[in-house]
Amino acid sequence: MSVLTGSVLTVDALRIDAGAIPLVRDVSFAIGPGERVGLIGESGSGKSLTALSLLGLLPEGVRASGSARLDGVPGDLVGADERELSKVRGKRVSMVFQEPMTALNPVMRVGDQVAEVMLLHRTQPSRARALAAAVDLLDRVRLPEPKATARAYPHQLSGGQRQRVMLAIALANDPALLICDEPTTALDVTVQAQMLELIVELTAERDSALLFITHDLAVVATVCERVLVMYGGRVVESGDVYEVFTAPRHPYTDGLLAASDLSAVDERGRLRTIPGVVPGGGEFPDGCVFRNRCPRATDQCVQTPGWTGTPERGFACWHPVGGGQ
Amino acid sequence: MTDNISTDNVSTDNVSTDNVISARDVVRRYRRPRRSLTRPAPAVEALRGVDLGIAYGERFGIVGESGSGKSTLIRLLAGLDRPTSGSIRFAGKEISRASERSLQFLRRDLQMVFQDPMGSLDPRMKVGDIIREPLVALGHPDARGRVAELLDAVGLPAAAADRYPHQFSGGQRQRISIARALSPRPKVLVADEPVSALDVSVRAQILNLLMDLVDEFSLTLVFVSHDLSVVRHVCDTVAVMRGGEIVERGSCERVYGAPQHPYTKALLAAAPTLEKALAAHRPAKESPR
Repeated sequence: MSVLTGSVLTVDALRIDAGAIPLVRDVSFAIGPGERVGLIGESGSGKSLTALSLLGLLPEGVRASGSARLDGVPGDLVGADERELSKVRGKRVSMVFQEPMTALNPVMRVGDQVAEVMLLHRTQPSRARALAAAVDLLDRVRLPEPKATARAYPHQLSGGQRQRVMLAIALANDPALLICDEPTTALDVTVQAQMLELIVELTAERDSALLFITHDLAVVATVCERVLVMYGGRVVESGDVYEVFTAPRHPYTDGLLAASDLSAVDERGRLRTIPGVVPGGGEFPDGCVFRNRCPRATDQCVQTPGWTGTPERGFACWHPVGGGQ
Repeated sequence: MTDNISTDNVSTDNVSTDNVISARDVVRRYRRPRRSLTRPAPAVEALRGVDLGIAYGERFGIVGESGSGKSTLIRLLAGLDRPTSGSIRFAGKEISRASERSLQFLRRDLQMVFQDPMGSLDPRMKVGDIIREPLVALGHPDARGRVAELLDAVGLPAAAADRYPHQFSGGQRQRISIARALSPRPKVLVADEPVSALDVSVRAQILNLLMDLVDEFSLTLVFVSHDLSVVRHVCDTVAVMRGGEIVERGSCERVYGAPQHPYTKALLAAAPTLEKALAAHRPAKESPR
């Protein structure tokens, strides 16, 4: 896939291995400035590993290869050393994790934590200016009484408030790319709705690109314009959210949509399911990763299917759904 | 959280003798840790006067956000905790002040399935022993035969009995907890967020399994979830909880179709759905063509 000019992030032929176990294969995609792209898949699909590899945060013993270029960063993110990455993380690219309590420092006031990221990257000239900017940011993420909240410790805040602090830290240096990994999974629905609105609003304001990872199809459709569907460490389908969700081509996307639609049932009132279970890491079949659960699989599927379509809209399947055989 | 308590649905509350579970004015107050030597410990009202009736064979959903009191309520219904005041009856028998010894019928007739099967299955017991344990405790004559029957009912191979919980995936573990819950042939199955930790494709499998078993064994189902769409699919009646109270209750059709309480409306509006989200995408998509 060619490197699109004007992209904020261009990932090309990314692969991730844990020793001899392949975890992610041939992942290529690009995100434009201000674009909101969703990365969906079930546990074990490789979506979180893909995101972590962009920040150089892969766990011990897990290695990435291939290429990931970020606009404004001279080198490649894949294989960059810790010194280079620490200049990029929190400045050009930042991340919001699912569990804010483990991501925040429990013995540091939240205002200081927001200020710290600006002081580390020298985007504010002094401690006083950084703290003032931090209070401003806490106000922008709509925390009540931002001055007082800045002096609070993480345990004094609710789950939703902590996640707002995380967002303030992530956006403090106006990153070119914000990565969110299941940022609202642990939150109540009403809090989730506010948080999603805030993510969209604040990234749009900064023209930051967004890579949004989730297993929730409704959430990704609410937030994103484009979506990448991952299964077994590969991108099996990608495209405009509306197109992919209304006219899926890959049987996995089709099955996922059917299984998540709780209003569509058969004559016995039962939901449509994908047969079987998601295999463990490295236990996916060779060839097409979905073929052992796919209702359309044939002998041809032992060969890895190539990409059909354009980098923006396409799928990897020998026997796609729709399009009349 | 004490603002506007809606009473517009109290008429649908049918506390009658046909109910397998009925609760009257149930209050549960917890004591917080003391903060001062001179003042008494502050109290928290987790439940502030809950009334409900669940009929035999009903599929009763309880929805609410964290802190709404839904977990406290089902702990009381299952006899795992006692209310501060009020009455809870199971099959006509008062359980709120009964001794543990007199609750053996409840330990058989009401079974629970929890959100996290890894936290509720003993990691050092074989699956067969886990499923057999409630039978042994109740003195069942053919425990061994019953295990094979139950594994089959939840779609697991008979060989699963000789393996340990960690050898199974999340969805399979939830099947194991369902098999254990069904082993003493309960009348009521209480499922507390049983699919919240599962992936979408596995969620559909487990929901189908639950529905099959509820039909097959004529179970009464009490289904607790924060996910409104799951409750709508599974249940015929729903109670919406907030701040230790049931703010609205009625048939799923009525509550989802025409919610009365402002909180129910807010909850329904906040829940993301694919239809709502895609409707927002449609016009932007079709104009450039």
